[in-house]
Amino acid sequence: MLVFLTKRLAFMVITMIVVSALLFVLLEIDVDGVATKVLGPYSSAEQRELWLERNGYRDPLGERYLRWLANAARGDFGDSIRFKTPVGEVLWPRLWNTAILGFWVFAVMIPLSLVLGVLAGMREGSLLDRSISITGIVTTSVPEFASAVFLSAIFVFWLKLFPGTSSMSDGFSFRELALPVMVLVLYDFGYVARMTRASMAEVMTTPYIRTAILKGLPYRTVILKHALRNALIAPFTVIMLQVNWLLSGVIVVEFFFAYKGFGALLLEASLNQDIFLIEACAMVAVFVAVATQTIADVGYTYLNPRIRFT
Amino acid sequence: MQLDESAPVLEIRDLNLSYYTRAGEIPAVIDFSLTVEKGESIGLVGESGCGKSTVAMAIMQYMGHNGAIKSGSIKFKGVELTTLGPDALRRLRGSEIAMIYQEPFAALNPSLTLGAQLVEVPMTHEGIGLGEARERALSVLTDVRLPDPERVMDAYPHQISGGQQQRVVIAMALLSNPALLLLDEPTTALDVTVEAGITKLIAELSEKYGTSQIYISHNLGLILEVCSRVFVMYSGEVVEEGSIAALFDRPRHPYTHGLFGCIALPTADKNAAPLRPIPGQLPLPHLRPAGCNFGPRCDHFVSGQCDQGVLSMQGVGDEASHRVRCVRWQSVVHDPESSHGAPQAPIDIGDTVLEVEHMQKYYEVRDRSLAALVSGQGVRWVKANEALDFDARRGETVAIVGESGCGKSTFAKVLMGLETATGGAVRHEGRDIGSIPVRERSARQIGALQMVFQNPFDTLNPSHTVGAQIARVIRKFGVETDPALVRQRVFQLLDTVKLPRDFFYRRPRQLSGGQKQRIGIARAFAGNPSMVIADEPVSALDVSVAAAVTELLTEIQRENETTLLFISHDLSVVRYLADRIVVMYLGQIMERGRTREIFEPPYHPYTEALLSAVPIADPDVRKREIVLEGNLPSVLDPPSGCPFSTRCPRKVGTICDDERPAVQLTDHGHAIACHIPLRELQEVPPVIEIPEAAE
Amino acid sequence: MSDATTRDETIPAGSGALLRALRAIALLRESWIGMIGAALVLFWMVTAILAPVIAPFEPNATLMPFQKPGAVFPGNADVAAGTFLLGTDHIGRDIASRLIWGSRTVLVHAPFATVCAYLVGILMGLAAGYYRGWVDDLLSRLADIILSFPVLVLYVIIIAHFGASAANIVFAIIFASSPGIMRIVRGLVLDLRNRDYVAAAQTRGEPAWWIMVVEILPNARGPLIVDACLRLGYVTITIGVLGFLGLGLPPPDPDWGGMINETRSMALAFPHMVVFPCIAISSLILGFNLLADGLREISLRD
Repeated sequence: MLVFLTKRLAFMVITMIVVSALLFVLLEIDVDGVATKVLGPYSSAEQRELWLERNGYRDPLGERYLRWLANAARGDFGDSIRFKTPVGEVLWPRLWNTAILGFWVFAVMIPLSLVLGVLAGMREGSLLDRSISITGIVTTSVPEFASAVFLSAIFVFWLKLFPGTSSMSDGFSFRELALPVMVLVLYDFGYVARMTRASMAEVMTTPYIRTAILKGLPYRTVILKHALRNALIAPFTVIMLQVNWLLSGVIVVEFFFAYKGFGALLLEASLNQDIFLIEACAMVAVFVAVATQTIADVGYTYLNPRIRFT
Repeated sequence: MQLDESAPVLEIRDLNLSYYTRAGEIPAVIDFSLTVEKGESIGLVGESGCGKSTVAMAIMQYMGHNGAIKSGSIKFKGVELTTLGPDALRRLRGSEIAMIYQEPFAALNPSLTLGAQLVEVPMTHEGIGLGEARERALSVLTDVRLPDPERVMDAYPHQISGGQQQRVVIAMALLSNPALLLLDEPTTALDVTVEAGITKLIAELSEKYGTSQIYISHNLGLILEVCSRVFVMYSGEVVEEGSIAALFDRPRHPYTHGLFGCIALPTADKNAAPLRPIPGQLPLPHLRPAGCNFGPRCDHFVSGQCDQGVLSMQGVGDEASHRVRCVRWQSVVHDPESSHGAPQAPIDIGDTVLEVEHMQKYYEVRDRSLAALVSGQGVRWVKANEALDFDARRGETVAIVGESGCGKSTFAKVLMGLETATGGAVRHEGRDIGSIPVRERSARQIGALQMVFQNPFDTLNPSHTVGAQIARVIRKFGVETDPALVRQRVFQLLDTVKLPRDFFYRRPRQLSGGQKQRIGIARAFAGNPSMVIADEPVSALDVSVAAAVTELLTEIQRENETTLLFISHDLSVVRYLADRIVVMYLGQIMERGRTREIFEPPYHPYTEALLSAVPIADPDVRKREIVLEGNLPSVLDPPSGCPFSTRCPRKVGTICDDERPAVQLTDHGHAIACHIPLRELQEVPPVIEIPEAAE
Repeated sequence: MSDATTRDETIPAGSGALLRALRAIALLRESWIGMIGAALVLFWMVTAILAPVIAPFEPNATLMPFQKPGAVFPGNADVAAGTFLLGTDHIGRDIASRLIWGSRTVLVHAPFATVCAYLVGILMGLAAGYYRGWVDDLLSRLADIILSFPVLVLYVIIIAHFGASAANIVFAIIFASSPGIMRIVRGLVLDLRNRDYVAAAQTRGEPAWWIMVVEILPNARGPLIVDACLRLGYVTITIGVLGFLGLGLPPPDPDWGGMINETRSMALAFPHMVVFPCIAISSLILGFNLLADGLREISLRD
């Protein structure tokens, strides 16, 4: 187990380093381009050369990368070109906003999809199962921007229940949060529910469930004690990996609802070629993704005695 | 629900069961009646798809969503089960009727400790507390002779061996002292010597607990050992029922009679009494013929008589319980002598084709755990084959016998060039091929040494036609290159394996298991091999199909004077087929010699146990009972002395644990690796005794 | 199972590719979910092919801005009269015509990108699963690293950096999807390589490429076809999302995601401008997903 943990952590660090190197090469190999982006297209060649000299851009790529990595490890990604402030000052509040959004999405999505998935998987082929499955396919087929349009049309344009934008400029507001959360849950719950259903349905056909039933155990015991424990191992991993998906989803939703979060920031940075901000955002995204994946792997191993005790 | 203790334990009347599928209604069990008295042990025997397991599931009232009882009644101690409510049914399951399954590992919940799975049975049914339930579980675990029950209680299923898992399942079934035990092929997934232990345990315990049993198996020999009455099923119907004595001595139904013809006599080999396979194949459930289901395959079929109406069971008269579903039983006379084919001349044995000299195959296993890294024991060697010595001659059949992990498959891989030997030599037609991987062998060399695989269901590539697959082999081995001639050769091979030529265009999924295995044989013989390795070629097939494939293989061997290396775990098949036998255990040869020598003293103690473990479908044969204790040791961690020392009932002392025994040779090359002197082994009484009268 | 010879008596077993394709379609008939999916996909395919015939107006012609659905175009010197079935957008282009022509954009790029991603993914997966050892370690780690990146973050960075063009979008999709395909192929190969028919091919000395391509790959096609269908849905979403974020194909040619992006600021006043493109893209994705589900249902039956 210890070896496994060390391995996973080492892999996490290696992934971060490889990704950062690729990112660095992608964005900063062309130093003149960097200077142009920082100083603007109307800067003179001398200005750019001076800036490059002063900021150490004439050093070899490897040296620059190591310096960048050392700074990044301390949380220093340089100054944002667009906001003219250190990247951290822009990034952290935005990240916090996205964390709030993500928390609510998960708080709604996990219980909803697990309950529906288990109910559907318990009786494979029943009417309930079929309706849940088809609902899942339909909601997963509507891209976030489309469901944002549909939900806005209903709740903003027609029912006038929620505001059309969610900038949260006057502090935290449930009414502003409702639509972004709904859009993200709608898109994702179907996937998780279908995974849970598949896992549960598979467990229900195993010989050990037959053994449990033929032992004369009450149906409740069969489900709660024998089936769920095995059926929820797979969805656990799936749910953890949804954090990764959420980082993609928030880009669209935050952009649509003008929510001041991490996704909107990344998009803005990319569209404006704000390279230091892009680097910071990408590193944060990868860190979150890799960390959840590591937790998922470790958790899976822990939940599964067949792997835990070998 | 009031159980009537004076009523029979189980009474099934005129039961009809169907499955409802996309193709429509498929009758699975037809007109089934059965009465089980207290303490009685009933056998249900038949080939796959005959409906025997469906009967068990119907008794449990667990048919799945597409199965249903159409008519008839199932009474347990006077209570009608078919109309019982779910709650009452639940109270019977596990407490009054318990079940033991074919695959113990799958039957146990992988994420709960065995203890948790055991205690819940009495806690649910008798409402006792955890402490008392735990006491009870421990005492039953002791009853099923599991070493260290405390440890087993806290273990997860994957932490104990297959034999131990089955013992836990048995303990689970016996916990609430059921009146009826259903056993669905309880030993099929286990090794032979483990099977013998489990079989004996079940017999002892049901006597001790007074439990009635319904024992489902495809193995007539096993049924003979454990049951008092037997029901033979074919295509959804019971075709014959009766006491063991009546049914085995005086089978009346042509199918029962045919089944015995498919099993090798314990006294004879392939030359003295060839098997007589049942012609044709099992009808699909929705294509059953009118009248007798067995009609199309029956030698005694009379049109207008056998293909009319619905057949019912008729008493035979020699004893009350002997009944048969055959309209012509009175006019059909079964001569016990004619059950097998006419004797044939043995094949002439020629020059040596294969010579194995001190062959070794070690695998490197890297242990990446922290402890291993610290202690510096990161690399260990698995001795899959250790110092193998034997040879095989032209036209000869040499069998390698052993249980799982004995290294027989590794040896086949080295022969085929999928692995290379670590030491020693393997000479085929005089050339050492042990260290030449298959890619470096010439086409002729590869074609001269071919293999028939074990599993008929994946021996053929499902994506390509049968013709294309055989043609590829012919071209690959350079037998023919001209398309027309290749095609001609494929047709020839199809003729050889007795399949119609239009199979050329078929895909594997349109073939039955037996037909696929025939194609596998055709493929192996495409390059005119001097030697063919057959790795358990019939172990996955039904008895009647297996007999046909075995006969086919022997016939082709006879015609081509091919050397056959037959790998098997089943001594009864080996005795029938082989001229010489090599007995392996944990990668080493324990004993080798001519077939007759292996079956007579002197025995290696392991051979002795193996012989005793093989069920024989002949009530006249007497067997000495030797049950091995303990499990097969792991190949990763074999005993340092004699590999068999941990389980050997004849262990002589610490020398067995510490020293590798030397090979002792008799005059004519019969070799035994054991510390016990030959003359002592010579004095051991024979395991199998066949009374003279039977001959 | 017992000695089953043929399962399907109605359709003769043929060796021809055409016959087998017919068999597959006949099988799909048994899953009404799959049928609906196939119908949706087919609808858009026909629409894309017949775009020049059925589109009422030129997709880029600016005629009358801000028209509601059903508004009538009186006609002018260049363009004949007609009805704006789904209204017009803010610069007066007919939405119905743009949707019809836009289906071409999606149905060309999504399958093309998916096929390319499959070629790369299958090659990598075959190599990793068949050779195992260091090849597998290397390719699997690489895939892990790419997959650890949130997809859209990856797309946004790649496309923002290299610029929005059809080639870059396809390249980004290949880069981001092929590791996932590789994992599936690798898993299937790891299972299939232990079959006896593979051992049979090895024991007759077949070269590795033959075993991978002829013996293993054809038997992995079932799960791969289902996955390809799902993946077509994802790629369609991706192309739509990129268009919506303003990173899609450059204007003015019609692209469903781009249409939403251009008009979404007017969504509250003129919902028809965004709702219809959303319905179009959702229905196509739904088609792919339902088709995949139907195919899976059928493949599980055998």
